[in-house]
Amino acid sequence: MNHPLQLDQSGGLKHFLTIEGLKRETLISILDTAESMTGVTDRSIKKIPVLRGKTIANLFFEPSTRTRTTFELAAKRLSADVLNIAVSTSATIKGESLLDTLRNLEAMHVDMFVVRHPQSGAAHFIAQHVAPHISIINAGDGRHAHPTQAMLDIFTVRRHKPDFGALRVAIIGDILHSRVARSQIHALNTLLTGEVRVIAPKTLLPIDVESLGVKVFYSLKEGLKDTDVVIMLRLQHERMQAGRLPSEREYYHHYGLTRDRLQLAKSDALVMHPGPINRGVEMSSSVADGPQSAILEQVSHGIAIRMAVMSMALDRTRATS
Amino acid sequence: MTPTVNIRIIRNGRVMDPANNEDTIRNLHINPAGRISHTCPDERTIGPENIIDATGKWIIPGLIDLSARFREPGHEHKADIRHESLAALSGGVTTVCIPPDTDPVIDSPAIVDLIKQKSKCGTVPRIFALGAATIGLKAEQLSEIAALKDAGCIGISNAGISVSNNQMMRNIMDYSASHGMKVFLNTQEEYLSQYGCAHEGHIASRMGLAGIPTASEIISITRDLALIEATGVEAHFCRLSTARGVRLIEDARQRGLPVTADVAAHQLFLTENDISGFNSNMHVLPPLRTERDRDALRQGIIDGIITAICSDHQPHEADAKLAPFAETEPGMSTMDTFLPLILKLATDNIIPLKTLINCCTNNPAGIIGKTSGNLSPGAAADIAILDPEAEWVYNIGDGLSRGKNSPFNGWLFTGRASHTLLAGQLYYQRD
Repeated sequence: MNHPLQLDQSGGLKHFLTIEGLKRETLISILDTAESMTGVTDRSIKKIPVLRGKTIANLFFEPSTRTRTTFELAAKRLSADVLNIAVSTSATIKGESLLDTLRNLEAMHVDMFVVRHPQSGAAHFIAQHVAPHISIINAGDGRHAHPTQAMLDIFTVRRHKPDFGALRVAIIGDILHSRVARSQIHALNTLLTGEVRVIAPKTLLPIDVESLGVKVFYSLKEGLKDTDVVIMLRLQHERMQAGRLPSEREYYHHYGLTRDRLQLAKSDALVMHPGPINRGVEMSSSVADGPQSAILEQVSHGIAIRMAVMSMALDRTRATS
Repeated sequence: MTPTVNIRIIRNGRVMDPANNEDTIRNLHINPAGRISHTCPDERTIGPENIIDATGKWIIPGLIDLSARFREPGHEHKADIRHESLAALSGGVTTVCIPPDTDPVIDSPAIVDLIKQKSKCGTVPRIFALGAATIGLKAEQLSEIAALKDAGCIGISNAGISVSNNQMMRNIMDYSASHGMKVFLNTQEEYLSQYGCAHEGHIASRMGLAGIPTASEIISITRDLALIEATGVEAHFCRLSTARGVRLIEDARQRGLPVTADVAAHQLFLTENDISGFNSNMHVLPPLRTERDRDALRQGIIDGIITAICSDHQPHEADAKLAPFAETEPGMSTMDTFLPLILKLATDNIIPLKTLINCCTNNPAGIIGKTSGNLSPGAAADIAILDPEAEWVYNIGDGLSRGKNSPFNGWLFTGRASHTLLAGQLYYQRD
């Protein structure tokens, strides 16, 4: 499946909706741009004037602290003006459609929307209906995609282990409901990663998940063997109520990452988690805070990646206008 | 809608009447009462306006559509009987069955009467209602099925609402059987289809859409077949979508169970691949399934397991489709493309023409217990005259249905209706 919707005629990034369909070179250029952005964060004056005069609206239809904050920081470091708009679900209940909300914001002369929405395809929908000069960055749509999260994870991996072809990466947990996992899988495969594994019970795996280009394991012990990167996913409490899992205790017993289990992976294996962590459900504190953990690095890389993507999408607009 | 003129002679057309195994070029005669006749009328008594020259054209029985929503009463913001009737006529459709999920629900004779009034019963097209099996379609209490039958309902259905309670479904079937009413069954199991909006498969997995597994249809049909066997009710399965569903119906028919099945025309073309890009016009229930399923549905028609093709027309207002995929209302506006899609199956050499005509005329007539759907002498002259050579592109803006939620915008078609007659009267003529 190709999504030319997110590219302009010359192949530049107009929107950032999904990793799927993007070329390897595009991903590498995002990573390289992010690398140059990390320098900004280390300066005493953490600002560059790349997006001065631009207005970016964070449009969140779902609660989020970390993602929204890093998008906000990223925008501010690029000198853009930032609007934070938390659209409570009650607004939709009141009958205001997504499109109405969008039209109202367009009237405020916003240049970019950063959108998070509980429905898969919401970012595509908005990109299809928004005024043509506005760029859309998908900050998570339903179970579908969370491309900036995936790119910051990839960025983190690359800093430690740059040769993707030699890597064995395991993604563990609720793949079924995870937009992060889907985007990570696309990104890893686009970068020709040696092997991508998913590890979960069948109740947390999408049908035909193999077709995404992964190897499936139901057992953590088998799946962890000889891996270079171990990515844990957040487990939401609702999964128990929906009857997909018996208990958090049993989940931790079979799929929780403990220091002992981590021994099965390679000795220098990198441990990652998109956060926020349920300690004692997905992993033990000793692993989360241990020497192999890159979890806090991921957070700070999030700012660089988002700066990169925002500047690529909006600078392009400036260049062509 | 008022007829323009009584047609008495249709000249020199290719008369295709599967019920009588006929495919010949000849003149077709209609008597003053609007019935097909052997006898040629005295040409001195009629004028040129009473004659249609059908040279190069096909004459078939008017189409009978087993399921189309005209959205009245209750959903007039989506469509209305007047516009949808015109759309039906322009596509050669002379009889339409409407499911009971109107608002209010068709669960009492009063609502049936209301629809009759709205459609000015006796004009066109002929509209027959399916009565609700349960009050308010809530699957809790039987509606007055006998009264609905007396009011003219041609069958009983719980529309798209699953009846999960097995005892309740058994009661619906037992009670309907007692009153000689046929039960029209949907094929979705409630819990497996609850949150789904797409076929559960690799495409939905990729797109992060909640899926409806094939098992939903297998379980629903299997359960209902067991109850049909126990109750002896006559039943019709609506909108098959899976290869496994076709096998189950084939097996049931071989065992002699009184069951028939239909498929929506769009299921014979579209597949799960078409939902990629989150095109909300592809959001439909049952969902578009795999190519293998689509091919099995086509083969099911060829093999005579599926004996009817319907439009499953569900017009929506624009806003209903302007949202992220799963939040949009399911259903496609398909009346404008019903006949063209059926003809396309023949021109693309997928299904024999005779079988196709049978599946939208004679067979559905039998399913709803009517003697129409054929061109036998004495039958009401409900007739579609087709121009089989016309090549045209469907442009949603030119469609007559108020529902613009068609997935077929821009499709190239060959053949369409040029005239539509009901009881011998000309109700539609293409300019």
